[in-house]
Amino acid sequence: MNSDSAARDAKIPEPGRPRRLKPLGAAKLFFTDRDKLEPALVSFLAVLFSIAAGIGLIFLVSKDPVQSTKNFLLGPVLRTYNVYYTMIAMVPITFTGLALCIIYQSKYLSLIVDSCFYMGAVVATAIGVNWALPGVVHPIVAMLVSGLVGGLIGLLPAILKIKWRANELVSSLMLNYVFYFLGSFFILYFLRDRDQAILASMPFRKSFALPKLVANTQLHWGFIVAAVFIVLVSLFIYRTKWGYEIRMIGANPKFAAYAGISVPTVALYSHFVSGFIGGVGGAVEMAGLYKAFIWQMNPSYAWDGVIVAMLARKNPKYVPLSALFLAYLRVGADFMSRRGDVAFEFITLLQGLIILILASDKIVNYFKARRLRKAALASGFGPASAAANGGGTAK
Amino acid sequence: MKQLYGAEAPTSGQLLLDGKPVAFSSSQDAIAAGIGMVHQHFMLVPSLSLAENLVLGKEPKRRGSRFFDLEEAVRITEDLAAKYNLKVHARARVVDVSVSMRQKLEILKALYRGARVLILDEPTAMLTPQETDELFTELKELRAHGHTVVFISHKLGEVFRLCDRVSVMRDGRMIATHDIGEVDHQSISNEMVGREVKLTVDKEKARPKEVLLKARDLSYVDDFGVTMVDRVSFSLRSGEVLGVVGVDGNGQSELVRILAGLDRTLTGSVAVKGVEVTNTNPRRVRRAGVAHVAEDRMTVGAALPASIEDNLLADRYSKPAFSKRSGFMRPAEMSGASREIVRRFDIRCGSERQPVASLSGGNMQKVVVGREFTAEADVLLVSQPSRGVDVGAIEFLHRRIIDMRDAGKAILLVSSDLSEVMSLSDSLVVMSEGRIVAYFPVAEGVTDKELGLYMLGLKRQGDEEIRRVLHE
Repeated sequence: MNSDSAARDAKIPEPGRPRRLKPLGAAKLFFTDRDKLEPALVSFLAVLFSIAAGIGLIFLVSKDPVQSTKNFLLGPVLRTYNVYYTMIAMVPITFTGLALCIIYQSKYLSLIVDSCFYMGAVVATAIGVNWALPGVVHPIVAMLVSGLVGGLIGLLPAILKIKWRANELVSSLMLNYVFYFLGSFFILYFLRDRDQAILASMPFRKSFALPKLVANTQLHWGFIVAAVFIVLVSLFIYRTKWGYEIRMIGANPKFAAYAGISVPTVALYSHFVSGFIGGVGGAVEMAGLYKAFIWQMNPSYAWDGVIVAMLARKNPKYVPLSALFLAYLRVGADFMSRRGDVAFEFITLLQGLIILILASDKIVNYFKARRLRKAALASGFGPASAAANGGGTAK
Repeated sequence: MKQLYGAEAPTSGQLLLDGKPVAFSSSQDAIAAGIGMVHQHFMLVPSLSLAENLVLGKEPKRRGSRFFDLEEAVRITEDLAAKYNLKVHARARVVDVSVSMRQKLEILKALYRGARVLILDEPTAMLTPQETDELFTELKELRAHGHTVVFISHKLGEVFRLCDRVSVMRDGRMIATHDIGEVDHQSISNEMVGREVKLTVDKEKARPKEVLLKARDLSYVDDFGVTMVDRVSFSLRSGEVLGVVGVDGNGQSELVRILAGLDRTLTGSVAVKGVEVTNTNPRRVRRAGVAHVAEDRMTVGAALPASIEDNLLADRYSKPAFSKRSGFMRPAEMSGASREIVRRFDIRCGSERQPVASLSGGNMQKVVVGREFTAEADVLLVSQPSRGVDVGAIEFLHRRIIDMRDAGKAILLVSSDLSEVMSLSDSLVVMSEGRIVAYFPVAEGVTDKELGLYMLGLKRQGDEEIRRVLHE
């Protein structure tokens, strides 16, 4: 609005009013940078608040708050093995975070990626136990098949939505139960190692394991795979015509349809791609970290993915940063809880706080409105404040 | 205006009422202080009677009880209506009465709440010329009763017929206030734009050629079972602007949506340059050579959060010029093409990457028109091109429409601004209750009084006369 007026001023000089910023400079200042900066600022605030609240909480419950705080904040970097743990913890939430970035770009709210990840792990287990394949090829085949299964599962809420207008959030949450029990059933009846007292699958074949990235640590090549996926998803969303279609149906589905984009088609393949990434993530986790399927319950990395995607403002470029933050928080809390008297579960409180801050659009809008209002008053000009109120009130 | 009505708080300054400063924290405060507003879009409960709507929020109660007294409400409504000479059917339901009666009810509602200052936001947009005349008589009566009327309009003719004083606002600033006798159309519109404006559209006589779009027997029934389009047939020729005249809500929007592939017709067919596109989808229709300036740019015509560039290329991003076969797009070509449109259509912005939401109404509309008019389409469906657009941009958009006509495009123009349709169109059809009720092969010389009779459904041409629009 402002540069628009600025541009108008530039063309129609009016006596008695000084010329303001050059149009281009004004636009840079007001749109290109600020519009990206403010959401980033809110993400940063969410991070800051959650850490501050975490420290406050520690001081409330701990007998030795200073030591606990130190363990919490610096734990991940104080010990070398914790640095690796942090990196390992980033891998699964990067995959689910990326998958949710795609979903959120299209403005759908499906959480089916939880099932995609879990079933990806189950399918990878079946392949890891049963198929005889050479090393390197084995985990790659498993990732592809798991990805495919994940993609097909990812389609379900989209199909339900398109065919019967079933709310994708509700249907995906319900389907998550279905697939959790289906996966457990497969493990229990077809893959279970009956010599083990706990629920575990038969051990994977040697060829299935992803090689370690650093010798004598748990850090595996999955970290690199995740990094590659970050680049791929970024390119997909911002550089391909499919990504463009996804962003357009997210920006305004009615407009997309009017311009000739088939909204159902886009919804279908965006869900497939998202589910595929989730499925690959499940396979990577199995091949990288485990010798057998030993999950006693669903780790639900999709919910961490929600935080990662929201912190990254659904831009895959920022997924590594937000995944790092969340993993750091986790490892720090874990380190602290093992060495002190604060329970690990306090991390869930912090996560809740982060989501609350991120979910309130009003905070972002507050910054924007304040900025536009200031600019409007500084130039003694009206329309900018209208933009702050959502536009259209400049009558 | 929303600040006056208390719906929005001013960021600075103060408001004086009867010489005393007042501060409204909500519209309730404003109503209590005697300010009433009639919004462009009515705030009524369609399923309730007029009387119930009128007293809503301040209902009469039966004596000694807390129950609603319908008879009393009807009596209040009728008394009020008689006092101000605003005729309404107190017992009818809002859904069943005409737009102009709903508007009268809105005015009565404000009066019932004790309004002394009445703000009317674009009250004539939905009315026929006859209904507008009636409204003006009533408003003058209110003035005689000692009420103040603030009349917001972009139709200059109406301002001159009704008002005693006129203020011009531009870019959120008060430019000037005059007594109406001191000014004329030209000087007011110059003030509205800040420079000289041409009020009339210069155009050569149209030279229509072959038929490009054939619509036959189109029908549409909405979700409530109301027949909105009733067996409409016409042909659109190259090099002509065919104007569609009608009171809003008489099937024009639905007709355009069917032609654009956004809604499905129950009967009949649509063919573009001989290619049948009946009940396909917008992509197929566009590929057949149709571009469409949607009537509502906020919800359909543009994606507000997306950038100008993304908006400008939304119908052509997948063409080889912008997308490689691998699916990767060509960013340099995309920004080059969008910059070119920004330049040609004079879209005032800092960068083609800023969100469309940051543009003013006029520039937003230029984004929509810029895309559709560069779409290499031969048939243009143009709906409400100047709704909510400032006078300067209207002049520009009108020029572009005539340019497109002269370039041999076939243009269907739908607008609720009668003077706009009349000045741009080469020929006219009138729609009433979903049907074409009249066809004028030459738009020049048709009077708005005459159109009004057809718009209201009081007059209808013979089938033979209407059939001429088929050009068969």
